[in-house]
This record gives sequence, C-alpha cells and structure tokens, in this order.
Amino acid sequence: MALLQISEPGQSSAPHQRRLAAGIDLGTTNSLVASVRSGEAVTLVNAQGHDTLPSIVHYSNLGIEVGHHARDHAISDATNTIVSVKRFMGRTLADVQATNGELPYVLSATENGLVNIETRAGKVNPIQVSAEILRPLVKLASETLGGDLDGVVITVPAYFDDAQRQGTKDAAELLGVKVFRLLNEPTAAAIAYGLDHDDEGVIAVYDLGGGTFDVSILRLNKGVFEVLATGGDSALGGDDFDNAVAQWIYQQSGYVGAHSPALQREISALACHTKERLSEELNVDLALNLPCGSRWQGNISRATFNDIIAPLVKRTIMASRRAMRDAGLDISEVQQVVMVGGSTRVPNVREQVKHYFKRELLTSIDPDKVVALGAAIQADILAGNKPDSDILLLDVLPLSLGLETMGGLTEKVILRNTTIPVAKAQEFTTFKDGQTAMALHILQGERELVEDCRSLARFELRGIPPMAAGAAHIRVTFQVDADGLLSVSAMEKSSGVHTSIEVKPSFGLTDNEVANMIKDSMTFARDDMDARMLAEEKVEAARVLEGLVNAINDDGHLLSDELLKPIKHAMMELEQASASNELKAIKSAIAACDEASQDFAALRMDHSIRQALSGQSVDDI
Amino acid sequence: MNYFELFALVPSYEISQTDLKAKYLELQRAVHPDKFANSSERERLIAVQKTALINDAFSILSANDSRAQYLLELSGIELAHETQTLKDPTFLIQQMELRESLEEITAAGDPEQALSDFQQQITKFIQHIDGEFVTLFSRSDAQSLATAADLVRKLKFMLKLRDEAIRIEDKIFDY
Repeated sequence: MALLQISEPGQSSAPHQRRLAAGIDLGTTNSLVASVRSGEAVTLVNAQGHDTLPSIVHYSNLGIEVGHHARDHAISDATNTIVSVKRFMGRTLADVQATNGELPYVLSATENGLVNIETRAGKVNPIQVSAEILRPLVKLASETLGGDLDGVVITVPAYFDDAQRQGTKDAAELLGVKVFRLLNEPTAAAIAYGLDHDDEGVIAVYDLGGGTFDVSILRLNKGVFEVLATGGDSALGGDDFDNAVAQWIYQQSGYVGAHSPALQREISALACHTKERLSEELNVDLALNLPCGSRWQGNISRATFNDIIAPLVKRTIMASRRAMRDAGLDISEVQQVVMVGGSTRVPNVREQVKHYFKRELLTSIDPDKVVALGAAIQADILAGNKPDSDILLLDVLPLSLGLETMGGLTEKVILRNTTIPVAKAQEFTTFKDGQTAMALHILQGERELVEDCRSLARFELRGIPPMAAGAAHIRVTFQVDADGLLSVSAMEKSSGVHTSIEVKPSFGLTDNEVANMIKDSMTFARDDMDARMLAEEKVEAARVLEGLVNAINDDGHLLSDELLKPIKHAMMELEQASASNELKAIKSAIAACDEASQDFAALRMDHSIRQALSGQSVDDI
Repeated sequence: MNYFELFALVPSYEISQTDLKAKYLELQRAVHPDKFANSSERERLIAVQKTALINDAFSILSANDSRAQYLLELSGIELAHETQTLKDPTFLIQQMELRESLEEITAAGDPEQALSDFQQQITKFIQHIDGEFVTLFSRSDAQSLATAADLVRKLKFMLKLRDEAIRIEDKIFDY
C-alpha cells in the first residue's frame, strides 16, 4: 500500500515544500497584496510599478476594468464606475442611502433588501465588485510567487459585523481562492509592528481608513497577541471627511442646480485633493467649473477644515475611550499607539489621538501598507511555512450577538469583546400546548431595541414534538469561529430533534442569487467550469490525504492497528478516486475519509490538550 | 472533565490568576484553529469547539462571581437557572436605595462624578462579599454553603447594577 510507505512510523515526511500564501488588504480606497519573501514581508508590485491598486471597478460594454484604469472613468462615466464598494458590503439599500450622502449610482435592492448597483454590464452586488478587486491581486501574487496560491489571509475592519465578514469571504470564494483566515485590520497592524519591535505590553491601534474606523487595545506577550477590546464605526473614514468638505464646497459655491453624477464625482475629487493638500499646507485655493457656465473660486484654511471634520474626529476619540473602558485599562497603561490607515495623515487626527492617549504615535511603517504586511506574515504562518512560530492571535467578537424577545427587545447571548472562538447555548421552551415550531431572530449590536440592531438571520425551528406548554426544552447553540463568523444549531433535548442552520444574513443573498452570481462569474464554457471544480476537488483531496498522513505519523500510536485500518482504507480509496476524473467519486471519497477519521481527530485534540499542560512534547513519549 | 481539571488546577476560590493565564495560553497554543489551517474540515471544526470550550472555561474561572457560582455548582448547589428569591430585607432595601441613586445620575450636576462615586460604592460592596465567600466556602458544611450561595445571589444583584452603570456611562458619553 503506497500510503504506508510515506507514513512509516518514525520516518519524517517528505522535505517540507514551501506553500504559497499571501495577505490581502481589501481596502475602501486602495487594496494591496503582500507576501513573505526571503523571510521578510513585502508588498507585491505589478508590471506598471504599482503596489497599491485603487479599489475602483469600471463596468462597460467592453468589459471590466479595475484599479488605475477604472479610475480614469470616475468622472466621465461615474454611474458605471464603482468606488468605495466596501462601504456597501453586507448593507441594505436603506443603510447605504442613509449613511453615504449623495451617490452617483443607480441603486436597487435584492429580494432581501441588500443593495445592488445597476451598471451598463447589468446588476452587480458588492460581493461581485469586491471579487473583481481581488482578482488582479490574486493574479499578481500567483505570478510573482510562481504558482497557484495555497491560501490567502484577507483583512477586514475589526468592527465589521457578521454580514460584512461573510460577504468578504464570499468574494474570495467566488474566485475559487482558499481563505485561511479573515484577520482584523488592527490585529494585522500589530503583528507587523510587534514582530519588528519585539514589543511587550499594551498597545492601542488607531485605524482610520477610507471608509471604516477601528480601534483595538491589545496586550503583547511572548508572541501572543491578545485583543482586549475593540471598537469603532464601520461607516466612518476619510470618505466622510471628503463628503464634509464637498458639502462645504456646495455651500460656498452657492450652486443650486442639479447634482449630476459627473459634478458629484468632480466635487468629491476636488474635496479629496483639498483634504490631502491641507495635510501639508495651511491654506488651499480651489476652483470649480459649474454646469451653469460660471467658475467658482474659493479658499479654505486648515483651521476651517479642522472645524468641518471635528465632529467626525470626536466620534473616533469617543470610540477609543469606550474601547479603553471595555479593556478595563487606564490611559497610563498604554505603552504604544500605532497609527494605521491613510486618514491618519491628517494633522488634526494625529493631534487629537496624541492628546487623548498622551503618547507619541508610532508611524514608522507606512500606514497604507502595514495591514497588508501583517496579513502576509499571518498567511505565511497559517500556510505552515513557519512550523516553529510561537505566534498566537486571540481576537474578540466586535459586536454583541443576541436574540429578539417579547416587545421588540434584544437579549444578549454573547457579549462584545468576548474572546473567539466562542460557543454559548441558550434554552427555550414552548408557550402553547402542542406547539411544534418556533421562530428565532438573531441580532448583532449593542442597543436594546431590535430595530436599532443589525438583523443577521431569522429562522424557524420545526419538528418539535407536540407537548404541553413549557415541556419542550430547545437548546440553541451559537458558535463564532476564529473569523468572527456565526453558525447556529438547535436541538430539542427530550426528543433529540437536531436542526443545524448555517446562518445566512436575513437580508443576504438568496440561494438562487448566489447560484446566478457563480454562473455570471464563469465567463468560460461549461467544460471549463467542470474542469475548475475537478481541479479544486483534487487539491482538496491532496490536502485531506496529506493531513491524515501527518496525523498518523504524529499520533498514530493513539489508535490500535484495528482502529487505524478503516482510516487507511478510506485514504487508499481517496487516493484511487483522486487519480480519476470523477468529481462525484472524489467528493464521496473525501466524505468517507472525513467520517472514518472523525473519532481519531477528536482523540488527537484531547491528547494535545493533555500534552499542553503535562510539559512534555509528543516526541518524548 | 470539569473546568478546574481542564486547567490542571485544584478546585478552589483562591486561584493564582497568573497560573490560570499561563495554562490558558498553553492550551490555546495546542488547539487554536489557526494551528489547523491546513487540516481537514472536521479537524478544524473540532479545534473551534475545543477552543470555544477553553475560552468559556477561562472566562468562568477568571471572574470571581462566575468562579464562585461554578464552585457551588460542583458542590451540588445550582444557581444558574434558579427562581428562588433572596430573603434578606436589609439587603433588598439597600438595593432599592442604590437603584434610586443610579437613576439620579444623569440628572446630577456633575453626572461624570456621580457615576464614578456610584461605581466605587458598588466595587466596595463586591469586594466585601468576595472576602466573606472565601471564609464560608472553605468551611464546606451545608449551612455555610447555603450562606455562600446567598452571597453569590447578592453578588449577582450587584453585578447587574454595575452593568446598568455602564449603560448609563454609554449615555453620558454618547458612545
């Protein structure tokens, strides 16, 4: 049996092949990809010499353009040029309209209310647009590293809720890319800094990007990055500074005519440019050609700009203050303050943060690149390229999870800033005789009223055996994984009825919409689609086999030969199946392997828990 | 395996937080899902479940109130889902007074100061209850354990007040 030869006890497995992994910062304004090369994390540079890709997608009859080329159409074809799509991720049409001011797009809603953008190339949703931004980054990484990627780490704002995280992961999966992990942006920045400086102690990461604001308080100790608290606002960033300046320009210019998409784009570009210049200069002259034919000229001082953005900056300081309170720490205990995100270049932002934390700010790593660099380091570790790494990331749930109770109130089940992964069970009972179904409404947020929280899912639990009111015991388990993603399962305890429900946002995409989206993303013929699925399944089969070979090598002694036999048998079948081109056969062989090794996996995990505290490694046995 | 066993600790109210934390990190290093990024779906799922269990155990053992409640549970006194009410008129009157002063905070001349005073008062009560629990629980006879259970019930009242004070803090500072 070929497998036994590779897994001969005592023999080390084949020399470790370096896996290809990359970290991607999928930003509101710019995106970039980084990887660890020759032991150092670097951002990857494309053929045109850029390492940052503007997060802009242009849809036309001729095709889809991304990045700098797409930006060229931002004013001339504003309706079909999508910028800052990250602000729309996981959001309903109503949310988008309420928080983004004037937008030059034609928007509509999906069946469940999620926002769609109508372009010349048809309706697109934020997941698809994000996938288009990821596509050239993944391609750049594969070309630079010389092969298909084994996996990526994608960063998300720490304050992203479940719907926004799920959407980001779906975007990568649409491209067929394996996501090792969704990593919180401030945590990524801390990794990039922590490793460089070998720091110990408490650090605060203040991350003000184009569209999102995060603040995280972390404790660093011997390779452990422990997030103590996180806070922020997933709809507050440099774009809002631009919007505020744009409003000021409208006012000053006295223009009262229609706001055409082109004019909106032009004014917001002028506002953005003015904001950037005000970081260097104390006064900036501006001029604008108005549609009525007249030309407006004006001047703005840094002091006026500071007044305009003051309420926005104040919100970030309040969020920092709350995060400090949640961490249970005093300002004096913070040793370092790391600044992340392009908007931290605004002098007033730096002054306010410095004033609040009473500390000098760390800005030695480029605030636009630090997140991607941290993600690359984590991707390298997760890929298994640094087996001796002792880095451990302990992150938290950013927003409380709860359930709707009587009277439109929410009851919290898992509190914000709980370390993840986490699982909590809650018991419910029926309130009518013979009741066989029950509805649950899952929410995320801090407020007491249901309408003030984000609705994540509504689901029904059916098949409860008819009993007297109050006799049924329904146990609902909420589980949040390391990515911050929620899954829910429910069980009636007395009858053992078990329903497991993957939580899809209630305003998320319907299954039909997902199917269409995947179909749309396949620009190639049906044969190619089958070929891609077959190739992906073969990669998965190889992964499963390698994992099991290593597991048997390391912990095979935990099982008797008798118990190892069915596992090895399933492995052999999988090896045979994956040599064929039968998609279904490979799928079922993977499932069989999984089934056969289930108890072994649990046994290994318990074994490593015991080993962890007994102070001896597996090798000593 | 109970949570103390999971952390290889002797069940006790007075545990070393440093030791608990060190063991917690060792366990995390062994089973955190990030160690299984290249493993099968099944193994990753088990890793998530084990890590969730370790996180839960750590949070219960590290906070004084939940550790006290857990110790009582191990001694056969279930407090988690009970409906029994506390029969201690002095304590209940004190609760009512505290609630009144809580409600007056937002209307106070200096709400920030009023809140800080209130929170200090609560912390003092909690520390007091804490000290008494150690003595009672170590006696371990039925009468002492019953009194210890009453202390945990009181502690829960206090913690509820502390949470409500935090909610008021959110309002004052407009978080």
